[in-house]
Amino acid sequence: MSTQVPGNPEDFPNDGLESLVADWASDQKTFKNVSWGKAMMWIFLLSDTFIFTSFLTGYMTVRMSTTVPWPNSSEVFALTIAGNHIPLLLIAIMTFILISSSGTMAMAVKFGYEKNRKVCGILMLITAAFGASFVGMQIFEWTKLIVEEGVRPWGNPMGAAQFGSTFFMITGFHGVHVSIGVIFLVIVAVKVLRGSIELGRPGFLTGRKGNYGMVETMGLYWHFVDLVWVFIFAFFYLW
Amino acid sequence: MASSEGQQHPISVYLWIWGLLFVLSALSYMVDYFQFQGYLRWTLIIVFMLLKAGLIVSIFMHMAWERLALSYAILVPPLCLLVLIALMSMEGDHTFFTRGVYFGK
Repeated sequence: MSTQVPGNPEDFPNDGLESLVADWASDQKTFKNVSWGKAMMWIFLLSDTFIFTSFLTGYMTVRMSTTVPWPNSSEVFALTIAGNHIPLLLIAIMTFILISSSGTMAMAVKFGYEKNRKVCGILMLITAAFGASFVGMQIFEWTKLIVEEGVRPWGNPMGAAQFGSTFFMITGFHGVHVSIGVIFLVIVAVKVLRGSIELGRPGFLTGRKGNYGMVETMGLYWHFVDLVWVFIFAFFYLW
Repeated sequence: MASSEGQQHPISVYLWIWGLLFVLSALSYMVDYFQFQGYLRWTLIIVFMLLKAGLIVSIFMHMAWERLALSYAILVPPLCLLVLIALMSMEGDHTFFTRGVYFGK
């Protein structure tokens, strides 16, 4: 008599379309091997994908339909350093910073699962510091654009009026995501560093014990912020 | 092996991907720096963008190692957005055309 444990992933085919059908048709938890926190983070990120794509599609539509020339982003975002005029410099630095923060985050997840709480927490704090410096540069960029270039949501001296509204909406929404990510990174890092997860202390909000899967879920959000920037960089700054 | 162990991969994987993302970002920045224009520019931008996005999702976000049930649930729905993009580009073209006619450009 072999009794099967319901929802045991070993009972299901492991790969191929067979596993896809079996998982969805199992009349049990569909996402096997994945905690609910992680599954729900993925579903939230899916909805966020729709939001950002809608923004970028709106930007595409107004840029295609305007009869006024679009401002040359390469020039608008250029910086002059020590007499050298370098196009898009700040944006390039911001891109590299965000990618680096993704690298440190991925390693934090790894050290979390290895129960190395010190390295995991420190890597998360470095990630948060990268994120905070990204937001700082964005503030500098916005200030320069508003004060020096005179860009407003309803118009600007360089060309099509829609440039300002789409720029502030898209980068603003992304910047808010980064800021929220920084706050959450610090919260999770403190939890990890003081050993709340390792010792299984109940969380202050839910009263449940944490686990290092939380670090991976946090990482998913952070990588997504980086992912969105890849698309903004390509379509808004480079196009 | 308990499933609660989560995703375990050697650190070299992450360092390699990190390096690749740096190279790809540098390449896409070069597209602007050398002022490539037209179809060459757009093709290069999209290629580098998709490569970067693919690396982030598959390796950093571990999608390459997830079961297909999760991957399909997350990666298939965004394909609907391609329809939205196609419709809105027609719409944008049309608006541009009518503005050309009525504003007498």
